[in-house]
Amino acid sequence: MPGPKIGVYVCHCGSNIADKVDMDALRDFAGELPDVVVSRDYKYMCSDPGQDLIKADIKEYGLERVVVASCSPRMHEPTFKRACEVGGLNPYLMEMANIREQCSWVTVDRGGATRKAKALVRSAVNKARLLEPLEDKSVPVDPKTLIVGGGIAGIEAALKIAEAGYKVYLVEREPSIGGQMAKLDKTFPTLDCAACILTPKMVSAAQNPNITLLTYAEVEDVSGYVGNFEVTIRKRARGVDEKLCNGCGTCQEKCPIKVPNEFEEGMGLRKAIYTPFPQAVPNKPVIDRENCTYYKTGKCRVCERVCPPQAVRFDQEDEIIKERFGAIIVSTGYQPFDPSVGKQWGFGRYDNVITGLQFERLSNASGPTGGKVLLKDGTEPKAVAILHCVGSRDKNYNEYCSRICCMTSVKFAHLVREKTGAKVYDLYMDMRTFGKQYEEFYNRVVAERDIYFIRGKGAEIMEDPVSGGLLVRVEDTLLGVFREIPVDMVVLNVAMCPRPDAQEVAQKFGIQRSADGFFLEYHLKLEPMKTANEGVFIAGTCQAPKDIPDTVGQGAGAAAEALKVVLLGKVTVTPTTAEIRETLCSGCRMCIPLCPYTAISFNEAKGVAVVNEALCKGCGTCAASCPSGALRVRHFDNRQLLSQIEGVCAE
Amino acid sequence: MPESKKKLKLALYWAASCGGCEVAVLDLDEKILTVAELADIVLWPVALDFKYKDVEALADGSVDVCLFNGAIRNSEQLEIAELLRRKSKVMVAFGACACYGGIPALANQFDRESIFARVYGTTPSTVNPGRVLPQTKLPTPQGELHLPTFYNAVYKLDDVVDVDYYIPGCPPPPDLIWTAVEAIVSGKLPPKGATIAGERALCHSCLRKKEEKKVTAFRRVHEVIPDPEKCLLEQGIICSGPVTRDGCGTRCLNANMPCRGCFGPTPEALEHGASMLSAAATMAEGKDEATLAPILDGIVDPLGTFYRFTLADSLLRIRNKALVAGAEEKEGEEAAS
Amino acid sequence: MTENVTAKGGQGGGPAWEPKVVAIFCNWCSYTGADLAGISRLKYPAGLRIVRVMCSGRVSPAFVLKAFHEGADGVLVGGCHPGDCHYLEGNYKTLKRKLVFERLLEQFGIEKTRFRLEWISGGEGDKFARVANELIKEIEALGPLGSVAERLRQADGLSLRAEGGAGSA
Ligand SMILES: Cc1cc2nc3c(=O)[nH]c(=O)nc-3n(C[C@H](O)[C@H](O)[C@H](O)COP(=O)(O)OP(=O)(O)OC[C@H]3O[C@@H](n4cnc5c(N)ncnc54)[C@H](O)[C@@H]3O)c2cc1C
Ligand code: SF4
Ligand code: SF4
Ligand code: SF4
Ligand code: SF4
Ligand code: FES
Repeated sequence: MPGPKIGVYVCHCGSNIADKVDMDALRDFAGELPDVVVSRDYKYMCSDPGQDLIKADIKEYGLERVVVASCSPRMHEPTFKRACEVGGLNPYLMEMANIREQCSWVTVDRGGATRKAKALVRSAVNKARLLEPLEDKSVPVDPKTLIVGGGIAGIEAALKIAEAGYKVYLVEREPSIGGQMAKLDKTFPTLDCAACILTPKMVSAAQNPNITLLTYAEVEDVSGYVGNFEVTIRKRARGVDEKLCNGCGTCQEKCPIKVPNEFEEGMGLRKAIYTPFPQAVPNKPVIDRENCTYYKTGKCRVCERVCPPQAVRFDQEDEIIKERFGAIIVSTGYQPFDPSVGKQWGFGRYDNVITGLQFERLSNASGPTGGKVLLKDGTEPKAVAILHCVGSRDKNYNEYCSRICCMTSVKFAHLVREKTGAKVYDLYMDMRTFGKQYEEFYNRVVAERDIYFIRGKGAEIMEDPVSGGLLVRVEDTLLGVFREIPVDMVVLNVAMCPRPDAQEVAQKFGIQRSADGFFLEYHLKLEPMKTANEGVFIAGTCQAPKDIPDTVGQGAGAAAEALKVVLLGKVTVTPTTAEIRETLCSGCRMCIPLCPYTAISFNEAKGVAVVNEALCKGCGTCAASCPSGALRVRHFDNRQLLSQIEGVCAE
Repeated sequence: MPESKKKLKLALYWAASCGGCEVAVLDLDEKILTVAELADIVLWPVALDFKYKDVEALADGSVDVCLFNGAIRNSEQLEIAELLRRKSKVMVAFGACACYGGIPALANQFDRESIFARVYGTTPSTVNPGRVLPQTKLPTPQGELHLPTFYNAVYKLDDVVDVDYYIPGCPPPPDLIWTAVEAIVSGKLPPKGATIAGERALCHSCLRKKEEKKVTAFRRVHEVIPDPEKCLLEQGIICSGPVTRDGCGTRCLNANMPCRGCFGPTPEALEHGASMLSAAATMAEGKDEATLAPILDGIVDPLGTFYRFTLADSLLRIRNKALVAGAEEKEGEEAAS
Repeated sequence: MTENVTAKGGQGGGPAWEPKVVAIFCNWCSYTGADLAGISRLKYPAGLRIVRVMCSGRVSPAFVLKAFHEGADGVLVGGCHPGDCHYLEGNYKTLKRKLVFERLLEQFGIEKTRFRLEWISGGEGDKFARVANELIKEIEALGPLGSVAERLRQADGLSLRAEGGAGSA
């Protein structure tokens, strides 16, 4: 019996494939394979004329299967599926051979690449022969979006979606939204104050009726899938009734307990009942139960007494919120590198070695010094060194460039000069001023007086035995000399790192991490907000280090991605699910506990297992353990996979 | 039993087998007489005195049915299989050994040299100081004596001849044999290549209570007395029921013993051994190696357990030669010490 | 097809032999990681060929046997790191199977190194390339395995009928 008519299309991908794989040989080889009635090669199969070739051949040759040998199916499977569909062929009758990412790009020699390409094409043709037509199904989408992390990325995404008229839940772990940006003083390159541009956005987020703001809250569990994620959120007990509290601040004034304020990077103090900073949104305090006297000793309750609207609730309990969401945006941000891990920087040892964020707080008018750049002893510095790349571009810590340190350093140099009479030494490896108006800003600061740019990595910070001040050692690579610069303050512009709980968060949301620990985008260039988990998007610095403009861009982009999901109102679910052939199932029940989605149940009347195809995601785990072979996964069934294995093995 | 004009010509043969299949035919009890009524037996070495010559003398295709039991272990068995194939219209692989290699095929873990070394050398009961091994040619005063070649591997019948039907089982149960005989006599034959057994797996007929396929320990049959009401697998005892064709009448299960797989894999099973291995392994509860390894180590001798009857029908079939040499050496050392 | 074979020869300077490795990778992590190796232009021998499944949990041990049956010199199964499976738990099942299956392979006389299970994330293009090169080097040291058909031919020189029959699908 003759098999189905197969057409094979070999793509050159410009020279990406053609340089390594002998296109003529591959096309001719494909043409000789059983059931192949036409084989062609073309410069760009994904282009319109390339796709037209397929469409035309489906008509002309009555093709029943199509094989495209090109890039990864992760890249263009949808393209060629669509081309087939338009050409009148069921899209599931198309199979791809990945001869670019997994062949031409990874193989040294042309002979080997050509041989491998043939094997991959034979394997794809083998599978194609056994494919069956399938129909996409769709399920309705819950129109709400969940955003996790209320930094500028999350806020931006929330506003965009809410302004489009869709519901958003914004979940923030801290008592206030705002993220790291809220700590900044001025922002490069325009030097507008961070609070001035951030606060209005925070307030709009709080006021928009489409946004449900859940601060002091965390996502506990996520299940389900795109269109219908089932999410459990724990809203921690604030100890304050948010509806009654009017944010007067009396409780914070009267509370007798003072502890270091995390928001001030350890430099200022806060009370046991507190809002992290004056512009906090929501402007409702939380009680820090670890430090509150009442929770420790059962006595005090001062805040409760002084609170005018009687909003303090010591017995408040965590609230568990279960909601369903169509899409999820993860925007959990970054963690600054901890420079105390490297002795050379003297951080933690010397009082006046501080991090960039600490400098931001010093410089910030609402910070611990009221906006004055001061040494620990309260005096003004006379010489300040600013170090770039602390923990970045360093194989011992993080190989990547954190992208913001150069500009932050230039900004700091300017701020030091603006606020003090100190000389500034800016120690840089390379000056990377990549953004819009960044080079211009740099040029302006370079022209300022008493700022010395030294090309070299600050190697070590020591105490000056003579003056008691600090000495910064650096190899000035332009002059080719080692220098020891006496200063009294050092600012370390530390790397942006993944949050310490990034792995846990990644697992919760079914996303992956790249080698640097940041969340992995679906495609570095073309799908930066998508993840491998459909319906879960990432935005901002949880994906990679970036500045505010890029963060905001991604926030808005992720909003567009989420809106795309909710606006469509339905998601297509893959028909490549499992099925159980009743006449073959023995009812052994082996498969039932294996399904992570409990998609398999037992039909007592018939004595066979059944798959609920709405729940099945098509992983195939059950099929690999169905001993009798009654269970099969469409599009990845035993015969198809065996034929593929044969295909790659044959020579 | 329908009336038939002409008597059938029937051949029965045993190759590498234990003789159980022969007994199974006799187990037809009084029905054997009906068989005798319906058929003329032209060859049955175990019961009747025919010579190969007699068979050779028959016209090709003149035997109606040959029930061939046993696997192919040596050149004589191969010759007779080919001879009987030529003479018979219908060739039936009778019993697990002919169908899948059966127990004899477990020897495919070793090659001829190591088997001889063991059987004619190192087994405790062997007394063979001269280490004499079977030879294919043996000069004797009366002339040269020929012995069949002992193969390195055991083969199933359809490796060497075309087989029309398969009747599995170790041995095939009488009711299946009878079903086959009736089908042959009535001429209502199933499509060529059919296996005369159930299409589903044995669990379908097993009346034991099945609950959840999860275990925290595996145990071997001699280690526990299983609950006769409950699925054995769920008690941690490897039972090949889920991968093995139905049709035996759950005879092992009835004896509170697990299915060993003598009916061979179901038609859609990927492979008898690997499929059951896969299923059994995934029953273990746990997520990390530290928890899982001790549980899964409880599945001892996976090859012998999961391929007990079907090694000659498996994907890998024989042990990779390279390591057999290693095994021999080890055995040699053990023997020496 | 002898053009430009770069792989090192088999033992004793015999004919050039390139180890054949079948990799069965889950779509979400390992296959993506292999794509990343390509995007990063990392290099590994052409004898390694990837078959895509949706989850490593789909990999029946019989697929691995099939590859060896067809003459693969090695098999690499790739899945997401524990806890990262796109389908939550598929890779745990893969691990369970492996723990029994590798003992079976040993009984079949197939060296441990020829079968490998690796967790390769979508971001680990470099890990994939390293594993691929490592595995192929180890297999080169072991030499070719050959298909089961060849092994049977060598055993007794019988000309066996096409495989299949009562059992195998
Ligand atoms: C010293 C310094 C100076 C800088 N100056 C500038 C500048 O001048 N100009 C500029 O463009 N950029 C600057 N940046 C960069 C800027 O800080 C970032 O680009 C921006 O803040 C990133 O925002 P984000 O929303 O991605 O992350 P974040 O601000 O880190 O926000 C993430 C939010 O998510 C919350 N979160 C984390 N995990 C969870 C969880 N599991 N559940 C719930 N919530 C969670 C966090 O609490 C936080 O509120 C500077 C950075 C530093 C370190
Ligand atoms: S009860 Fe706790 S929070 Fe309130 S004032 Fe006392 S110490 Fe502060
Ligand atoms: S394929 Fe996966 S998701 Fe579908 S029923 Fe089987 S185990 Fe469950
Ligand atoms: S494992 Fe297979 S035979 Fe057993 S119940 Fe599930 S589908 Fe049926
Ligand atoms: S596994 Fe064995 S004991 Fe359990 S139901 Fe199947 S045949 Fe019966
Ligand atoms: S999806 Fe990668 S192992 Fe399950």
